[in-house]
Amino acid sequence: MASAIRVRELRMTYPGRPPVEAVRGLDLDVAAGSCFGLLGPNGAGKTTTIEILEGLLEPTAGDVEVLGMRWDRDARRLRERIGVTLQETKFTDKLSVRETLELFRSFFAQGVSAQDAIGLVGLGEKSASHVVTLSGGQRQRLAVACALVGGPELLFLDEPTTGLDPQSRRQLWDVVRSLRERGKTILLTTHYMDEAEKLCDAIAIVDHGRVIAQGTPTELIRSLGGDHVVEFAFGDGAASEESLATLRALPAVRSARADGDGYQLTVAEPHVALPAVLELAKARGATLSRLSTRHASLEDVFVALTGRHLRDE
Amino acid sequence: MSESSGFVELYKMRMREFLREPAVLFWVFGFPILLAVGLGAAFREKPVESTAVAILDVAGSDELAAELSAAEGFRVQELAEDDAARALRMGRVALVVRPGAELEYRFDATNPEGVLARARVDDALQRAAGRADPRAHRETLVTEPGSRYVDFLIPGLLGMNILSGAMYGVGFALVEMRSRRLLKRLAATPMKRSHFLGATIAARMSVVFVEVGLMLGFGWLAFGMVFHGSVLTALLLCLLGAASFSGLGLLVATRTKKVEVVSGLINLVSLPMFVVSGVFFSSERFPEVIQPLVGALPLTALIDALRAVLLEGADLASQLPRVLILLAWGGISFVLALRLFRWS
Repeated sequence: MASAIRVRELRMTYPGRPPVEAVRGLDLDVAAGSCFGLLGPNGAGKTTTIEILEGLLEPTAGDVEVLGMRWDRDARRLRERIGVTLQETKFTDKLSVRETLELFRSFFAQGVSAQDAIGLVGLGEKSASHVVTLSGGQRQRLAVACALVGGPELLFLDEPTTGLDPQSRRQLWDVVRSLRERGKTILLTTHYMDEAEKLCDAIAIVDHGRVIAQGTPTELIRSLGGDHVVEFAFGDGAASEESLATLRALPAVRSARADGDGYQLTVAEPHVALPAVLELAKARGATLSRLSTRHASLEDVFVALTGRHLRDE
Repeated sequence: MSESSGFVELYKMRMREFLREPAVLFWVFGFPILLAVGLGAAFREKPVESTAVAILDVAGSDELAAELSAAEGFRVQELAEDDAARALRMGRVALVVRPGAELEYRFDATNPEGVLARARVDDALQRAAGRADPRAHRETLVTEPGSRYVDFLIPGLLGMNILSGAMYGVGFALVEMRSRRLLKRLAATPMKRSHFLGATIAARMSVVFVEVGLMLGFGWLAFGMVFHGSVLTALLLCLLGAASFSGLGLLVATRTKKVEVVSGLINLVSLPMFVVSGVFFSSERFPEVIQPLVGALPLTALIDALRAVLLEGADLASQLPRVLILLAWGGISFVLALRLFRWS
């Protein structure tokens, strides 16, 4: 498959005392027509990376190819073919949705009409409303419409749903899905694992300026060795000094770690592992204060890789 | 495909932003008019001021009071010794007269009003006593349009308005857009950078037409100003001034990310010029040594040229040095600003 974005050994160091190494040797391949997610905690280097790809920042070192072109040679042509939403752009309060889109449309040689872009993000009713009257979700959809108005092949969405309520997030997800169905390549950053899981064909998990894992959501979860997570805690302190080695030796358990007052197990077959956990509790004469089982998520992948949660600041 | 060009849309954006913000409209159009009304009223031509005089309530006071009241321009009261002293101290009267064979004038020699009162009172009393003036004279009071304070003030306010309009309409506006990350967003499109800066400045120049019309129209209608030179030349000078000041506005906006910081920078640039460039009083009042400096400031050049044209009927050619000063400030700041400008 053709590659829409190809990044090798990308480095970005912001000068200062001490210098900040935001990106430290990052590689990336984004297939044309896919929705690709950069998933990572705040400060992982996602925004720096995406702004380099958008031609807004110049990297300290590394090789970047976007749509087969390079920013130092083809900046103007590239800008005609990409669409961008930044984190927290505030459009002009006293312009209407339509006027804002006509402004952005005017910069591109080709593209869709303002009215069509409004339709694509479902803002038809707000077409004549001033930006100041829009909700957070509507503003974010306006930002996406501004990115679409030039008819781009490649879309960059930086934290598209951060700060939105659940309903607005789902509306925006629908917009992103419909764009992917139209064959656009999308690169988005997010620190919400559910967003990456639901929207993306492929994901790169980024931490401390590097890609620490890459693949489809299913592949990444498989890499844990088991699709399920069992979480439990013993009710009385007496029996709670269970060793992780004992837990790992239980049947169908792939990994075990302490988690707050209890334990978290990654298991292949819950119907095999659960009875073993119950047996263990019985043998110790302990009660279980909580027990739950769920499908493993990207959050678990991140935790397994880094020992931290995605949203630990 | 007949989508309008980036320049036109950017121009429309700036004008809409401006016209849809009532507060901005007030500061640009309403405030200078209010200032002109206020100052014009405070300094309107008044009849020769009357002088407040106290006469000590002793023998002969009635006679003196009658003589002074007969002359024009005095407000006379007869007071006891204590009251008179207090009135003088509080500034309610400028002079206390003690009647007698030898008149006694009590006044504060460091107070110009006191000195004036002494001279006028003495003059009136000596004449009442029969003094004849050996030299004949007559008085011409200067109140004709063109030489009043308000005539001097209107071009000054116009210059001030054009400076602050450019600093806010260009400098502040750009930083505000940068703080909203709109500049960065625009930089991510194929928008031509020259369209953006050109449209910002063009929008400012459009407003100048209205400002000039409003200010001069108001001076003409409300104060009966008479323009001795071409209003068109004045407009041309104002447009040139606006272009030149836009360069300064651009310069203060090159890197700043916070609107608070750019507000400070704008004050730093404009306030000294408001003071020394002769908005409210002639810049020639400042010491001789700093005159070359004052004269080289762009606001001084604009205001002096406007006054020369409007009040003295000068033509554009005679204002060439001032035009060159404006061009130089504009040109240098534009070149610097374009080199330093950051979109994010």
